[in-house]
Amino acid sequence: MILVWLIVIPFAGGLLCWQAERLGDRATRLIALATMLCELLIALWLWTQLDFQLPALDGSDTQWAIEYRLPWITRFGIDIHLALDGLSLVLIALTGFLGVLAVLCSWNEIVRRIGFFHLNLLWILGGVVGVFLAIDLFLFFFFWELMLVPMYFLIALWGHSGSQGSTRIGAATKFFIYTQASGLLMLVAILGLVFAHHANTGEYSFSYAVLKETTLSPTLAFWLMLGFFVAFAVKLPVIPLHGWLPNAHAQAPTAGSVDLAGILLKTAAYGMMRFALPLFPEASQAFAPVAMGLGLLGIFYGAVLACGQQDIKRFVAYTSIAHMGFVLIGIYAGTTLALQGVVVLMVAHAFSAAGLFILSGQLYERLHTRQISEMGGLWGRLGSLPGLYLFFIAASLGMPTTANFVGEFMVLFGTFAMAPWVVALASVGLVLAAVYSLLLMQRVHYGPPKDDTPLKGLDIREFCMLLSIVVLILWVGIYPQPLLDTTSSAMGNIHRLFDTPSPLLPEAR
Amino acid sequence: MNGVPMEHGLVLASILFALGLGGLMFRRNMIFVLMSLEIMLNAAGLAFIVAGTGWQQPEGQVMFLLVITLAAAEASVGLALLIQLYHRFKTLNIDVASRMRG
Amino acid sequence: MMELLTTLSTTVSTTLSTTMLLPLTFLLPLLGTLILAFSRGTLGYRSSALVGVGSIGLAALVTAVIALGFAADPAPQNMTLWTWISVGDFTPSMGLALDGLALTMLGVITGVGFFIHLFAAWYMRGEEGITRFYTYMNLFVFSMVLLVLGDNLLLLFLGWEGVGMCSYLLISYYYQNSANGWAGFKAFIITRIGDVFLAIGMFLLFSRLGTLDIAEILTLAPKAWQAGDTTVELAAFLLLGGALGKSAQLPLHTWLADAMAGPTPVSALIHAATMVTAGVYLIARMHGIFELAPVALYATGVIGALTLLMAGFAALAQTDIKRVLAYSTMSQIGYMFLALGVGAFDTAIFHLMTHAFFKALLFLSAGAVIVSCHHEQDMRRLGGLWRKLPLAYMGFVVGGAALAALPLVSAGFYSKDEILWQALAADQQGLLIAGLVGALLTSLYTLRLIIGTFHGVAQSDNARHAETGRGLAHGLPLLVLAVLSTFLGAWITPPLSGVLPPGPGEGVHAGHGALELMAAATALAGMALGVWLFGLKRSWLRPAKHGMGAGLWQLWHHAWGFDILYDWTLVRPYRGLVALLKSDVIEGFFRLLAKLVRLVHLGLSRTQTGRLRGYAATMVIGATLILLSLALMTQGT
Repeated sequence: MILVWLIVIPFAGGLLCWQAERLGDRATRLIALATMLCELLIALWLWTQLDFQLPALDGSDTQWAIEYRLPWITRFGIDIHLALDGLSLVLIALTGFLGVLAVLCSWNEIVRRIGFFHLNLLWILGGVVGVFLAIDLFLFFFFWELMLVPMYFLIALWGHSGSQGSTRIGAATKFFIYTQASGLLMLVAILGLVFAHHANTGEYSFSYAVLKETTLSPTLAFWLMLGFFVAFAVKLPVIPLHGWLPNAHAQAPTAGSVDLAGILLKTAAYGMMRFALPLFPEASQAFAPVAMGLGLLGIFYGAVLACGQQDIKRFVAYTSIAHMGFVLIGIYAGTTLALQGVVVLMVAHAFSAAGLFILSGQLYERLHTRQISEMGGLWGRLGSLPGLYLFFIAASLGMPTTANFVGEFMVLFGTFAMAPWVVALASVGLVLAAVYSLLLMQRVHYGPPKDDTPLKGLDIREFCMLLSIVVLILWVGIYPQPLLDTTSSAMGNIHRLFDTPSPLLPEAR
Repeated sequence: MNGVPMEHGLVLASILFALGLGGLMFRRNMIFVLMSLEIMLNAAGLAFIVAGTGWQQPEGQVMFLLVITLAAAEASVGLALLIQLYHRFKTLNIDVASRMRG
Repeated sequence: MMELLTTLSTTVSTTLSTTMLLPLTFLLPLLGTLILAFSRGTLGYRSSALVGVGSIGLAALVTAVIALGFAADPAPQNMTLWTWISVGDFTPSMGLALDGLALTMLGVITGVGFFIHLFAAWYMRGEEGITRFYTYMNLFVFSMVLLVLGDNLLLLFLGWEGVGMCSYLLISYYYQNSANGWAGFKAFIITRIGDVFLAIGMFLLFSRLGTLDIAEILTLAPKAWQAGDTTVELAAFLLLGGALGKSAQLPLHTWLADAMAGPTPVSALIHAATMVTAGVYLIARMHGIFELAPVALYATGVIGALTLLMAGFAALAQTDIKRVLAYSTMSQIGYMFLALGVGAFDTAIFHLMTHAFFKALLFLSAGAVIVSCHHEQDMRRLGGLWRKLPLAYMGFVVGGAALAALPLVSAGFYSKDEILWQALAADQQGLLIAGLVGALLTSLYTLRLIIGTFHGVAQSDNARHAETGRGLAHGLPLLVLAVLSTFLGAWITPPLSGVLPPGPGEGVHAGHGALELMAAATALAGMALGVWLFGLKRSWLRPAKHGMGAGLWQLWHHAWGFDILYDWTLVRPYRGLVALLKSDVIEGFFRLLAKLVRLVHLGLSRTQTGRLRGYAATMVIGATLILLSLALMTQGT
């Protein structure tokens, strides 16, 4: 039942905020904050209470730490089936934390229609939590689509207009079309899988555990896998399908960018690990070289494009593409080390990207521009903001002691045994990461100041927000073990899929 | 039924329909357009009657009743629209009301 | 005296277990960093300096205590703080390992580091952002200590990257001048290229040996591989790549000269004494791998020889005193690589130590000159300073003597002579000759530097109105380092016997005396030539205006044109690529799709005229066509 509460709380909180607008801005914000804190605390409480070191070897039932099931549309075998394991828990806790940050960072930024803003914000988070919990494929698809709509409104109504004639409406529409189209592809793949199962057994079922056992012909499995892959690839994003991301990130309000980069991208990686790989292990294994190639492409393409950006938020958006390249490589390498690295990297990227977006938002509040060319020499003018900026830059380029380093290197260590050349090339991405990160530092904070008037430094709310992220990044960077222990059994399950010899790829063994 | 063959009746209905259609396409005055519509509806009704009689089936007359009802409703809605348009545009020229272009 | 020391050390080691003290060596600098970083501008100049210098001073004291304990019981000590990451076989720990090599490095880092920090308190007077300066400096010492104490490659890599970051921050310390920022950028990127090689080397070693623990790697490697095996050669080359970047050796050396943009104490600490020698430390630490890889080891020596010649010539044609010292650093590290290349790992570390003393002394003396002369560091605009700045002059003379290996009295003589001897003993005549030519060049540019800066007449107002530095923070570091740069410093024998294998010249004596004579003669001849060229015929101090001299000057002044080469082969193509892709070419395909849809929309919306009669007509035509086609089709069948 606690799982239902996890989903219901954000939705209910959102409705409350909507109505609380008539009580005043402060009340609305406090309600939203309380809601997300509540969500975070429940997730942390669950973390301390539950045991994630499950044997998970005998039957699929023991895979979950906690499960909830209620029949919904029995005719088609659709249940409200929620389940939690280490991976979902980590991501839900992350959602709660970034939700708190998102509410806090829009404290001064959003002044219009506050109630509706928080409704949308909390509904996105609710949808995301649903995605992380649902293991009925129909329900999963339901939440997957549900989180798009409020995001659309968030960008369209409270976004900033971009620089070169790109509007927030345009960005929102692009986001919606990309994700919606890919979502439909996933729906087709889900239905295809269900019908294949029906053809085998004569029963309809959308249940994860049941569909996992479906026997498919290799060709069908490949096409269905591709449907899932493309859907998740758009969200991750993987290179040819990334077009929505820079615009959406740049035009969204800070809270939207934080949620997009921090959590929405992670739903894609989660989907790959939870659905695309376990449902189609052989096909995925055959597809792995292509996926790794796309990951490499992402690393390089994102890095090169980041160097050419003039808008700080677009810049961070392209660096996200580069980081997600590592995630993709790690997922398809399939060793436990690489998969655990993917989890750490996902968490690390959520923190560092959130930090950079929040800082970009704060720069915008002070300078009223996001153009890099209008900055420069800001180091001495902004109090402690540049120091924090420097920290997040270091995190994003993978400096040791930060979580990003642990994640990236675990992925690379884990992948090397499988694909040494991919790792060698991906390591070149580390140099490019240094290039774009320091380029930003150079152009924004170094050089002769444009103006001598000191700008407002960070206030207590902003400082605490950033400091909490800094502490978390360092903590995961030097002692990631609690995180790794939580997800180890979930990642071990995925790893075993790769360990079973594949009939499609005899030469890979 | 004797005397008049079915074909004659159908030809008459087609001529009436064509006349109505021509009026619809070539007249600009909205009243005439509406009248042309009525003629077309009645032509269709006539065709139903003729065919129903020719094949000794009741459906033809049933359909005719439906057509009459439809025509009445259409006429009332159409005339209401016509009055509204006249109020707004002060003319009965139908080409003036072309604001819904793509 | 010795008895007293022994009793003291035994009491110390019994009362305070040295393993308990070991983490303090990096926790103290870290504490300093944190205090300074979170002071948020509340600390004044004095308190910032006190925290910054004090933390390193305490760390140096702790190191001294550890060294005493180690002298009493020279057994390697290990200490695991916690397991960093544990996934399956992948279990790198936060573990420290203290042995003779680590202790030597630790002594150099905290000892020399402390004096440099102290000197910086004098050097940085009146500059803004002293808190930031000491934050970075303490963070640097923290990272560097972790680098040498880490018992596994991943922790070593942590320190390795950390010192790189601090180096970047300190080079671009004067951020308001974009050029400094770019210098730091260049330094970081080029060393990062080396780091990637090191990282891939780590991946390779882990995938083959299943461990990252350095001691385990060194025991497992000989069992896993024959000498000369391709894999181990590859691993050694990858580690070498990392070392080349960090230690500014060919072909990844171009960053070091630009790194002089930072404050002078930074150049002394990071770009002379400690960080740039990390590559030497890495190769010495991983000596077991290199011994299995003769090709890589030989390549190390050749690269060292080439670098020492290249940098020696370049140092001859610089006018900025700090750039002369930068190229001389490159050249001296070239000597260390040469020593590594002939298998004399302990000799390389010995030279690393003496080099740290005398190069820190030279940089600090240069710093004294620069501050005294109102931030003038161009040799052409200095001169005649020896009366006004006696302490700096003393520093230059003692340090220069050690750099040029003045026989018998200087520390540099003993270490450099040892290197040349090892090269001879290893039967590497080519490397030996390169070393001798390098020694000649060293004497030449050292004399040119000293004569150009301190003798003759003052060439500018800045030099004429030089202000003598005063105070303990100014004098003490110079004096102590000067003492260490003489033969007294060479008496300190690094306790390396159990850690590193003996060099090829160990226990062999035939021909050693002759070589010593030859090396001494070369150094003296270089000095005599220098005095004649620069002291008597002062015109040689200035660049030739035309002819072959001018060409050589240009070539050497730009250090053989590597910067231009890299600019054309790497930087410009990359910038071209960025400019090419800037508008997101791949996404352009989807934008094209959107444009196509819009085009079709425009075409079709033309048909929507809004005229009712038109619609009716179209409908009629459409209906007619459909009916006709239906009729035709039914007739067809």
